[in-house]
Amino acid sequence: MPENWTIDRVREALAAKKISARELAADYYKRIEARNPELNAYLTLSKERAFAQADRMDALVAAGKPLPALAGVALAVKDVISTRGVRTTCGSKILENYIPPYDATAVERLEAAGAVILGKTNCDEFAMGSSNENSAYGPVRNPEAPDRVPGGSSGGSAAAVAAGLAVVSLGTDTGGSIRQPGALCGIPAMMPSYGRVSRYGLIAFASSLDRIGPFASNVRDVAAVMQIIAGRDANDSTSTTAPVPNYQAEAEKPVKGLRIGIPKEYFGAGMDPEVRKKVEAGIEVLRRLGCEIREIRMPHTDYAIAVYYIIATAEASSNLARYDGVRYGLRVDGDSLLSMYRKTRGAGFGAEVKRRIVLGTYVLSAGYYDAYYLKGQKVRSLIAQDFRDAFTKVDAIVTPTSPVPAFKLGERTNDPLQMYLADIYTVTGSLAGVPGISVPCGKIGGKLPVGLQIFGPPFGEGRVLQLAQAFEAAGGAGL
Amino acid sequence: MKITREDVIRVADLAYLELSESELETYRKQIDEILEYIGKLNELDTANVEPMAQVLTDDQTADATLREDVVVPCNVAPEILKQAPDPEPPYFRVPKVIER
Repeated sequence: MPENWTIDRVREALAAKKISARELAADYYKRIEARNPELNAYLTLSKERAFAQADRMDALVAAGKPLPALAGVALAVKDVISTRGVRTTCGSKILENYIPPYDATAVERLEAAGAVILGKTNCDEFAMGSSNENSAYGPVRNPEAPDRVPGGSSGGSAAAVAAGLAVVSLGTDTGGSIRQPGALCGIPAMMPSYGRVSRYGLIAFASSLDRIGPFASNVRDVAAVMQIIAGRDANDSTSTTAPVPNYQAEAEKPVKGLRIGIPKEYFGAGMDPEVRKKVEAGIEVLRRLGCEIREIRMPHTDYAIAVYYIIATAEASSNLARYDGVRYGLRVDGDSLLSMYRKTRGAGFGAEVKRRIVLGTYVLSAGYYDAYYLKGQKVRSLIAQDFRDAFTKVDAIVTPTSPVPAFKLGERTNDPLQMYLADIYTVTGSLAGVPGISVPCGKIGGKLPVGLQIFGPPFGEGRVLQLAQAFEAAGGAGL
Repeated sequence: MKITREDVIRVADLAYLELSESELETYRKQIDEILEYIGKLNELDTANVEPMAQVLTDDQTADATLREDVVVPCNVAPEILKQAPDPEPPYFRVPKVIER
């Protein structure tokens, strides 16, 4: 049995009856049993649902019927994405026993396409964090270097795929939470355009920024998952009717002649020199593939973190108002309704979530709205304009994903601002709404993975995948 | 100093968030540092810039029209109530709010 399954290999093996979907799922659970006590990537296993789905796939094989696109593919789902009947905690004590009565659209579509949902993955509480250390259920360890963080907030989804505990996984990205852990764990990880994938069933953190996207062991599999989850959903009014191209076909196209913009602002102070070396070598790979490399300017890049921590916290303070101990989740009794709210929220939320609720409420409060929230929304326009201007001159933008490789557990936990700065290269694309991918770009000292980030214009997922796949095929991961 | 202890108390009250004494001071210090950092936005003149009120441009939005108002069966109340900390079907029970 191959150690590392891909979507294509699963299909071939099932069709040729070399393995059954049930055996495959059981094998993955064996791997999880062996590695998860150390890595803490999974919070909840959904064995009953997984085996029922595997049996459905095996019945199709037995009946000689055509197999759906992701038949038998072991899938892990970040624990901020709703799964019917399967506990969904958001990495928070406030939802410790919450069992959603419905599936997120992305989950429903993947299961309809044959995927086998193994379980729910650990993450920073309500997806707030860059190291997975803000989970109420303990940190995830980086499979490449267990004394280090996997990145965050989708740390469990990244670690699960990197450690071979799932074939593919779903994460969510609000300021870098898919791309940064993808980079730190050494696997491809994609944030689609805002509006490309339905957010229905994604438990909201910051609604103008949140996106669902895939992790996989290779770019072709990222494209395959995108194919299933992309597209209009009547349950999310911000999901668009823009046509969904054939992503795997797009990814096969040659990249010769594509114009790549390298924004100077992404190579400034704060960047680890070893990361710089790898990313510069990565850009040389693209040049050798026939891409035209151009230096560009994106003058408002340096303001992105400041804007992000206004807008994301403001939206979070509003979205998280729903956790009040009335309809679901934790309740801590008080002697009045208001004291019940206060105690429930005080006891149920962790430190980072409380910090962001306080900051977000502050920037929206009377007397500060114009100075912070409105100012932030205006500068967000300037950042989006930087991207629009760039895409009149180039076809894609290439940058590092993270300024640093995976850091040690505990190294940054006492300094929130330092932690926020881990996202300096990813938040820009989040604010602008464009798609981005992180692809492996070598390992520092042969050990710590570095990610190359590729941004495309809105709904340019095909082009982003095209460059990522060409980069991967040219040996980008081995730099 | 950008944010005072009183500000944090006021904001936590607005957000119905109980904070301990030590949380209050820790968050005040950390948020003060973050607001100091955010202050760099004032380097930019944005007098003539429109705020970004939505992510998608008009030609990218799904549909300018609203959906039809069609009634669909949705018998999920019992399942939803099962998630409540103190259900009294068909109600959610909360501490008394009205004095007789």
